[in-house]
Amino acid sequence: MDSVRSDGPDRRIPLALKILVAGGFGAGKTTLVSALSEVRPLQTEEVLTGAGIGTDDTSGVETKSTTTVAMDFGRITINEDLQVYLFGTPGQDRFWFLWDELAFGALGAVVLADTRRLADCFPSIDYFEERGIPFVVGVNCFDGSRRFSLETVRQALDLDPDVPLVLCDARHRQSGKEVLIALVEHVARQRGEPVSAI
Amino acid sequence: MRAESPGTQHQWLDDDAGPVVRPYTLTGGRVRSSHRFDLVAYVLAEPGADPAGHPDLQPEHRRLVALASRPVPVAELASDLDLAVGVVRVLLGDLLARGLITVHQPPAANLPDNDILKAVVDGLRAL
Repeated sequence: MDSVRSDGPDRRIPLALKILVAGGFGAGKTTLVSALSEVRPLQTEEVLTGAGIGTDDTSGVETKSTTTVAMDFGRITINEDLQVYLFGTPGQDRFWFLWDELAFGALGAVVLADTRRLADCFPSIDYFEERGIPFVVGVNCFDGSRRFSLETVRQALDLDPDVPLVLCDARHRQSGKEVLIALVEHVARQRGEPVSAI
Repeated sequence: MRAESPGTQHQWLDDDAGPVVRPYTLTGGRVRSSHRFDLVAYVLAEPGADPAGHPDLQPEHRRLVALASRPVPVAELASDLDLAVGVVRVLLGDLLARGLITVHQPPAANLPDNDILKAVVDGLRAL
């Protein structure tokens, strides 16, 4: 595949970094993507064919019913050469195959946890742990939800000590930013080249 | 099965995905693209690309070429055209085969270097 950069100010190819936003249904994934995206969250769809889901099997496709899965994503332009794309992950087990595509080449992931339904984010954590994809856990503080200490949540999630666990409010950009920063710093730390705090 | 698209709601999928559709009509039933286009692969029209010279192409092909006059990732193209990513991939494969676009895949295996990570952190702080 051609990766030669073209000339001209409007034709330079930026670098796109992909960050996944995962978590259980209703944990605030779409809210976080919306809060952080510089444009209204974009939406695209992936098509599921009835039988050979994820296999790109062309045989008999005309006889299969297909459904679509909406995927939310947002964009943050860091500079003219660097863009961050946030992709919300489909929240159901039967869409795991879409995760593989989303996770391919991803910088890392944010797993949103809802303390009212903490177990809902276990599959997301398992997924990223198994694949060695760096992730942080954002404990989304919903109004009226009982507050737990971070240490209690960490124990309940059985998180490795080096996985950052941060409180956040997915509705607020500043809060969401801090979660992303925690992730990027975690990625840098894992590589042994910490990004120094300002 | 719900009658409306899940895309109209500000939440992830609920019980079932959207309506039964036949999105690949546009591609003549082809579901496999000639290339693997990452969601964040940038598509750029070749300078002077003229889809009008290819009468076999559909209006959606031409829109893709127009949108790609500057680098645009595959996911954004799909969103702009309101088409499924898989459909857009097939159409992009057609355009690539005719030399109308170039595709710039993201560096897959290697993590970005530390300068880039630092730029991301600094950029996020500055938001």
